[in-house]
Amino acid sequence: MNILRTIRVSLRALNRNKMRSFLTALGIIIGVGAVIAMISIGQGAKQAIEERFNSMGTNLLFVRPGSRSFRGRHGGGGTYQNLTPGDAKAIEEKADAVQYISPNVSSRAQVIYGNKNWNTSIQGVGAKYPEIRNWTVEEGIFFDETMVKTGQKICVLGSEVNENLFEGEYPIGKIIRIKKVPFRVIGVLKSRGESGGWFNRDDMIAMPYTTAQRRIIGRTDRIQGIDVSAVSMTRSIEAVEQIEEILRIQHKIAPGAEDDFHVRNMSEIAEGAAESTNILTILLGGIASVSLLVGGIGIMNIMLVSVTERIREIGIRMSVGAREKDILFQFLTEAIVLSILGGIIGIGVGLFSSKLISQFAGWKTLVSMGSIALAFLFSGSVGIFFGFYPARKASKLDPIDALRYE
Amino acid sequence: MENNIFIKLENLTKIYKVGETQVQALRDISYSIHEGDLLAIMGPSGSGKSTLMNIIGCLDRPTKGKYFLENQEVSTLDKNKLARIRNKKIGFVFQTFNLLARTTALENTELPLLYSNIPRKKTRDVAFKALSSVGLEGRELHRTNQLSGGEQQRVAIARALVNKPSLLLADEPTGNLDTKTGNEIIDLFKNLNAEKNITVILVTHEAEIARIAHRRIYLRDGQIVKEEHD
Repeated sequence: MNILRTIRVSLRALNRNKMRSFLTALGIIIGVGAVIAMISIGQGAKQAIEERFNSMGTNLLFVRPGSRSFRGRHGGGGTYQNLTPGDAKAIEEKADAVQYISPNVSSRAQVIYGNKNWNTSIQGVGAKYPEIRNWTVEEGIFFDETMVKTGQKICVLGSEVNENLFEGEYPIGKIIRIKKVPFRVIGVLKSRGESGGWFNRDDMIAMPYTTAQRRIIGRTDRIQGIDVSAVSMTRSIEAVEQIEEILRIQHKIAPGAEDDFHVRNMSEIAEGAAESTNILTILLGGIASVSLLVGGIGIMNIMLVSVTERIREIGIRMSVGAREKDILFQFLTEAIVLSILGGIIGIGVGLFSSKLISQFAGWKTLVSMGSIALAFLFSGSVGIFFGFYPARKASKLDPIDALRYE
Repeated sequence: MENNIFIKLENLTKIYKVGETQVQALRDISYSIHEGDLLAIMGPSGSGKSTLMNIIGCLDRPTKGKYFLENQEVSTLDKNKLARIRNKKIGFVFQTFNLLARTTALENTELPLLYSNIPRKKTRDVAFKALSSVGLEGRELHRTNQLSGGEQQRVAIARALVNKPSLLLADEPTGNLDTKTGNEIIDLFKNLNAEKNITVILVTHEAEIARIAHRRIYLRDGQIVKEEHD
């Protein structure tokens, strides 16, 4: 009997028992659907994180103060502020793999406009900060190098601050008060559209770091960090090395001694985050494949019942000349057809439920061709694996006993 | 009958093991059947007639002895080759019809063709012809449960004939039918035997049916106790 014919015979047999066939396939449908939906959540999360990092700028480097031990007491990272505006200047001048730098300081403060006030984060940054962090100014302008140099009392509002203080009023040119100091609003940043998370980038006010040092923090010789963008992503490692070299000279660190600062590479951080979402994907997929396995056992179970129920049929087929392998292939094909049909429907269910998840839970989901192929292959092999034993049992029946079976 | 020897049984013995005890279903049977014969095997239940039919039908193998079908020794063949022989040379008709449930007459009739290398287009025609030859024209697409007992047995006969076998085996073919329908079925066998020269072996315990056969053998305790021919 050729394959096409075997498939046709199996389809007929399945068709004769529609309800049972459907229930058998249901296990696979749910299994495949769950695998696809779960993997889509994992991959969606991965993509969301990657996008987030990309929006922050992939060639971004952070220079932060390191730890320092003082008389044997080891402080944590950033406990000591040892970066100076001079360090920033040195990097800008000497490191050729570096495109832009922005010294920064930050603080929190109460901001007042008219009878409204709002507590927010104050970011003192350089003029090139929007380029480094991929920020866009929606209205007005961002401050330039001269404004930074002269330490003007101007600021650019994050969109959330703008909404809370001005409530639709046109903000440009208005004066707000931060720590009793009047600042003129010269621009509003475009909303990043992200709430929550570790840092809400819409709830902040940017001003020249020089101004922030003088008016908000009250100390002009130190900066808290330097944000740097490398010329390109490929040169970011080079940029890290150059910065380290320059800062060691600036800080007069003896060869062999430990750095008192550290430079973090954005792509490393992004990779780390991607890695953890991969683990999430594997975990979710793993849990879902358990249900696929259970579905497979369901197929085996029903196939065994089906073989017992159809002993007479097997006997009849044998009496008219079906060989062992004909019977084996028939039942095996039934199992495979069931699981593949189940797999196809399951893919539909998976696509649908990942859409539902992203709609109702608000999670980003991503169904890749890879996960569909994987689920499909997996369901096919479940059919072969769990269909084989019942099929073999059927093929080993004795024709006389089978014919006589009541 | 001057025809060739079609079936030759030599010292056929069949022993079943039921737990510890051995049951001797057939004892040392030797017999020859000629091509075109119409043979009736008779005997009370437990006499071994079903066992004999199973061996002749290549569903079972003898414990001892030899069985030649058209000069080929089949008692030593493996399961797969026996299946080929059942498919090509033998048609079965059973007391309980043994049709597939929830299946049309046509699909039942096609069944043996699925296991031979006949192209699909041809199987339909062949099955249609077989059904019309047993008088079921126009009933091809009825499901078996929509057919009467006599019609179901005709489907079974069509199925047995569809591969043009040289041997037709019928095990109590009228056992589940009323007398009138039973007689029609028996007539059908008679015609097939006479017109198509198919060798027919009927297993029955009804003397009236056995009377149509050219030859009759009586079995008791696994042995042939009486032989008759017209």
